[in-house]
Amino acid sequence: MKFAVLRFPGSNCDQDCVLALNALPGASADFVWHKDTSLAGFDAVIVPGGFSYGDYLRCGAIAQFSPIMQSVKNFAAAGGTVLGICNGFQILCESGLLPGALVRNKGLHFVCKHQHLRVESTNSRFTNSATKGQVLNIPIAHGEGCYFADDATLAKLNANDQILVRYCDATGAVTDAANPNGSRENIAGICNETRNVFGLMPHPERACDPALGSTDGLVILQSLLTAEPAKAS
Amino acid sequence: MKVHVSVLPKPSVLDPQGAAAAEAIRHLGLQGVGRVRIGKLIELELPDATPEAEIHRIARDLLSNPVIEDYSIAKQ
Repeated sequence: MKFAVLRFPGSNCDQDCVLALNALPGASADFVWHKDTSLAGFDAVIVPGGFSYGDYLRCGAIAQFSPIMQSVKNFAAAGGTVLGICNGFQILCESGLLPGALVRNKGLHFVCKHQHLRVESTNSRFTNSATKGQVLNIPIAHGEGCYFADDATLAKLNANDQILVRYCDATGAVTDAANPNGSRENIAGICNETRNVFGLMPHPERACDPALGSTDGLVILQSLLTAEPAKAS
Repeated sequence: MKVHVSVLPKPSVLDPQGAAAAEAIRHLGLQGVGRVRIGKLIELELPDATPEAEIHRIARDLLSNPVIEDYSIAKQ
């Protein structure tokens, strides 16, 4: 399975993504520059973390107009797998590929730590290797990770089972105290209605090696490898 | 002409910066301060003939995010 890892000016988790994916049997990953327009030959797209365009205007606001993003929109519309991590999640929301938006953390501070997440749904190509309710320990590192959506959108996300992971404590309890950034309903990651686009603030690629303290990120990457991919044309 | 586009968080969106500033204002001794919201002011230099609809398009599609922000336009 071949992954395209996008690179914008200011992306800084692209190398980590490529490294983590290339270490997995059955996966290979290549960088794709934001000025490129072709995703031909790729089975999935990763929009990595970082500070694309210096977070100018709003996080992800400028990146949504990069040439490659039009191809990503077409790829997603055709059912292709798209995973946005951290700044990648922000870009997918700004692009309209995912509902809602990410705003300044409630506590105003940049938060960088390991964080527990509860898998809320295994009905997706991103979480099918997990068990429902499984608690994952995956790092977060963001200043604008507070997920916001209006009440109608939240109701829809819940009704369609689109909330894939929520912030929780070590026991799996979803509490205010375990919410690192003030996200509504402790939302850490959501997918689109057709379940082929997933964005999350935590960094699974930073939890793929025992030397980094956790290998729970592999649950998400392995899920992608067992899913049926749609080839880009 | 110069056009000022003001962008403010929607009332329904949590604005921790505004809340922190309101707290600081109280701390400085000004009582009765209500809600404080912090946004941004963007100044554009545009040809005089720029249609109003074009300015709104730029304000809506790029300068603000309608999910979380409202904007207003003032020609200077």
